[in-house]
Amino acid sequence: MNFLRKSLDNLKKPFGKGQKFEKFAPAINAFDTFLFVPNHTTKKGAHIRDAVDLKRTMVTVIIALLPALIYGIYNTGYQYYIQTNEPFTFLDAFIHGSWKIVPMIIVSYVVGLTIEFGFAVYRGHEVNEGYLVTGLLIPMIMPVDIPLWMVGISTAFAVLVAKEAFGGTGMNILNPALTARAFAFFAYPTYMSGNKVWVSEAGNVDAISGETILGSLAAGGDVNYSMMEMFQGSIPGSIAETSTLWVAVGALILILTGVGSWRIITGGILGAAVMGVLFNLWGANELMSFSWMNHLVVGGFAFGIVFMATDPVSAAQTTKGKWIYGFLVGVFCIMIRVFNPAYPEGVMLAILLMNVFAPTIDHYVVNGNIKKRKKRWATASQELKTA
Amino acid sequence: MEVIKKIRTRRGANLNIKGKAEKILNKSTSATTFALRPDDFFGTTPKLLCKEGDQVKAGTPIFFSKKNPDIKFVSPVSGTVTAIERGPKRKIERICIEASKTQKSNSHTVKDWEKKDREQLKALLMESGNWPFIHQRPYGIMADPQDTPKAIFVNTVKTSPLSEEFHYLLKDDSKEFQLGIDLLNKLVDQPVFLGVDADEVGYFKTIEGVQHYIVQGPHPAGNLSLHIQNIAPLNMGERIWTVNPEDVANLGRFISTGIFSAQRTIAVSGNAVDHPIYFRTLIGSALAPFLEKVGLKQDHVRVINGDILTGSQAHFSDYLGYFNNLVSVIPEGNNYRMFGWLPFKDNNILSLSNTSFSRLFNRKGFEVDTNLNGEERALVVTGEMEKIFPMEIYPMQLIKACMIEDIEKMEALGIYEVVPEDFGLVDYSNTSKLEAQEIIRKGIELMINEVG
Repeated sequence: MNFLRKSLDNLKKPFGKGQKFEKFAPAINAFDTFLFVPNHTTKKGAHIRDAVDLKRTMVTVIIALLPALIYGIYNTGYQYYIQTNEPFTFLDAFIHGSWKIVPMIIVSYVVGLTIEFGFAVYRGHEVNEGYLVTGLLIPMIMPVDIPLWMVGISTAFAVLVAKEAFGGTGMNILNPALTARAFAFFAYPTYMSGNKVWVSEAGNVDAISGETILGSLAAGGDVNYSMMEMFQGSIPGSIAETSTLWVAVGALILILTGVGSWRIITGGILGAAVMGVLFNLWGANELMSFSWMNHLVVGGFAFGIVFMATDPVSAAQTTKGKWIYGFLVGVFCIMIRVFNPAYPEGVMLAILLMNVFAPTIDHYVVNGNIKKRKKRWATASQELKTA
Repeated sequence: MEVIKKIRTRRGANLNIKGKAEKILNKSTSATTFALRPDDFFGTTPKLLCKEGDQVKAGTPIFFSKKNPDIKFVSPVSGTVTAIERGPKRKIERICIEASKTQKSNSHTVKDWEKKDREQLKALLMESGNWPFIHQRPYGIMADPQDTPKAIFVNTVKTSPLSEEFHYLLKDDSKEFQLGIDLLNKLVDQPVFLGVDADEVGYFKTIEGVQHYIVQGPHPAGNLSLHIQNIAPLNMGERIWTVNPEDVANLGRFISTGIFSAQRTIAVSGNAVDHPIYFRTLIGSALAPFLEKVGLKQDHVRVINGDILTGSQAHFSDYLGYFNNLVSVIPEGNNYRMFGWLPFKDNNILSLSNTSFSRLFNRKGFEVDTNLNGEERALVVTGEMEKIFPMEIYPMQLIKACMIEDIEKMEALGIYEVVPEDFGLVDYSNTSKLEAQEIIRKGIELMINEVG
C-alpha cells in the first residue's frame, strides 16, 4: 500500500499547484481518490467528520442495483432461448445477456464520464460521483436491442442538457438517466416501443415475438403470464426493470442504509395502489380492469419508484414533500398507463413530470414554516402595540 | 423546583467519543502568561487602552469597544503587558499579559447594589469589565446595553461531545451563582430562565428567583437556540440575552466583592489526552501547563478551544478562549485510507450513517481524528440534516439562502433564531462535507452589516 501511495504521489507531481498540468488535476484526483480516501483534514467548522461521503453513498446505490442488473442479464438470455426453443443452461442465458448488455454499460460510462471529466477540468472542480449511478442506470432501462450509438447519443444528451447545462451534479431538475431514456424514446421510437424490441434479437429472428404485458393490454390483448412470473421478472421488458423481486432486494438495501428515501418509495406504492383500485372499480377497458396488485409488479413501476424517483437531487427535498412527491409519482404512473395507449408504460413520464413539480411541492411545504414564523411576528408586534 | 417547560427532543445524536474528563478538579496547576483575543467577541472592534510594557492590575481595562466606548474589556490578572500581536491590516490578534507574583486588583463600589436602578447597574457592569459576559440573540454576539431584553436565559445543560458538566465545575459556587441570578433579574422584566438537565444532581434545581425548564434528548438538545424557540421564540426586532453558567457565578462574585472575577474552570478532554480532568484557572490563561499536566498520547494533535464540533482551532502554546469551559485535544488525521469509500469498511470511524456498522461495534466509545473522510462535493443527499436538527427550521433551505445572500429569505427561514453552533452536527454528519457553520456565520455577519 505504501509503495502504491508513493508511486501515485510521484505520478501526481506534474498536476500539483503551479505545475504544468495543474488544470487537469481533477481528472487525476478522481482516480487517486478512487483508490485512497485523501489525507485532507478539517480546516474550519466541526473538527471531526462522518465516515460517509458521496462516493460511499453512490457505491451503496450501485450495490443496490446489482441484483436487478444480474437478473436482467440472465433474463435477456432466458427470453431469447425460450422463444427460439433452443435448450439452454443458466450460464448460456447469462452469457447471451452479458454479450448484449456489457457493451451498453461500457458505452454509457465512457461517453458520460468523458463529458463529466471534461466539465470538471473546465470548471475546475472535482469529478462528482453521481454519474457512477446514472451511467449504470441508463443501460438498465433501455430495450436490449437498441444500437450502441443510440445509447451513446442519449447519454451525451442527458449529461449535457439535463445535468451540466443546469450547473452539474446537485443542480439538475430532471433525473439524468430518465432524460436519456426519454430522449431515446422520442428520438428513436421504433427502437424504444412496439412488440419487436423487448426480447433479444426479436427484430432478426422470426420466431421471437415478445410483447410487454402493458403493450399487449394497451392493444386490447390478453395476459399470458401469472402474477408470480411478473413478480419474479421472467417477462419481456427493458433490461433490468422486469423483476420486482430483485428490485425489492435493492429497495431493502437502499432503505436499510438510509440512502434511498423510504418515504418516497412508500408514498409511490400507496399512490399507485390507490389509483389502481380506483380504476379497477371503474373498469372501462382492459387496462383499467387489470388488477391493481398486478399494476404494482408489472412494467417499470417498481424499478422507477425505487431507483429513479428516489434520486435526491431531482426529488422533493423536504420530509413532507417526499410523501407528496412519491404519492403523485404513483398516481400519475398508473394514470398515464391507463389513459394513454401510446405510452403503455407511464412511470418514466410520471417521474419526469414530478421532477419538474418537486421544487413547487417543496416551496409550499417550506412556505408553511415561513407563514408560521411571520404570523408569530405579527402577533408579537400586535401585543407590543396593545401593551 | 417548579418547571415551566419540559423540552424533549429525539432528533439529534450523541457522539460517544473517548476521553471525557474525569471528575477531578486540579487547582494547583497554574499558568503565568495570559492573553485576550478580540476575536472572541464576534463583531467587536477593539480600541486599545494600554501599550506594551504597561503594568496592569486584575480588572484594569485593556481595550474598549469602538461601537460603545463604555464597554471595557479588562485584564484577568495583574502583571505586565508583554506583547500586542497584530495580524494583517494591523488587526489586533492578541494582547499578552505576563502575571506578576503578587496579585493586585481594581475594586469597584458595589455597596447597596440592590438599590441601584437598571441603568446604574448596566454602567457598573460595563465599567468593571463584566458586560462582555452577556450575549444577545439573535446572532450570538455581545449584548447591546441600550436594549431591554425580552428574557434572559442561563443554560446549564451541555450535550455536545465530551462536554463539561456545570453542576460539577460550579459545585462550590452556589452562593455566587444565586447572587449572579439576582443581579441578572434586575436587568430584565421577567425572572431569568434557567435550563437544567432532566436528571440534574446539583444545586441548580434549588436556585431561587428563576423560571426552571428541563431539557432532555440527544445533542443538540442542550443548545440554547432550541430552548429559546420552545419557550420565548425570537421575533423580528426582539432581543434575548444569554449568560454562560460560570459567568453567572463570576457576576455574583463581582457584585459581592466589587472585584472583577475571571474564574474559568476547564475540562481538558479528548481521545489524545492521557488523563482528562478539570482545572481551575483564569480567563485567557496559557494552555501549555494544563496540556502538560494531563499528558498527550501523541505529538501530532489538534488542540481545540471548545468542543469538537464548534470549537476554534488552537495549538499547544495558545491561550484559553474567553468563554469556553472545555479544551478538546484529538489526533490529527492526515493519513490515507485505501478504498475507504466501500460501504461497511472502516467501522472504527464514528458514523451516523447506516452505511457503516460503527455504532454497532464501538459501544464503548470512539477514537476520532480530524480526517475529512472524503472530499467536498455538491449537495446531493437530502433529509440527513433534518434528522439531527431539532428546531422548527428547514436547515438546508436556510443554508442555501445564506449561500445566495438572500436576506429576505434568510429572515423568513429563521436566521434570527440560530447561531453557527447549532449547525455543528450538520457539519459533522453531512455527506457532501459542507461547511455549514461557516456559511451560517457569514450569513449572520451579513445580517449584522445590512440589518443590524
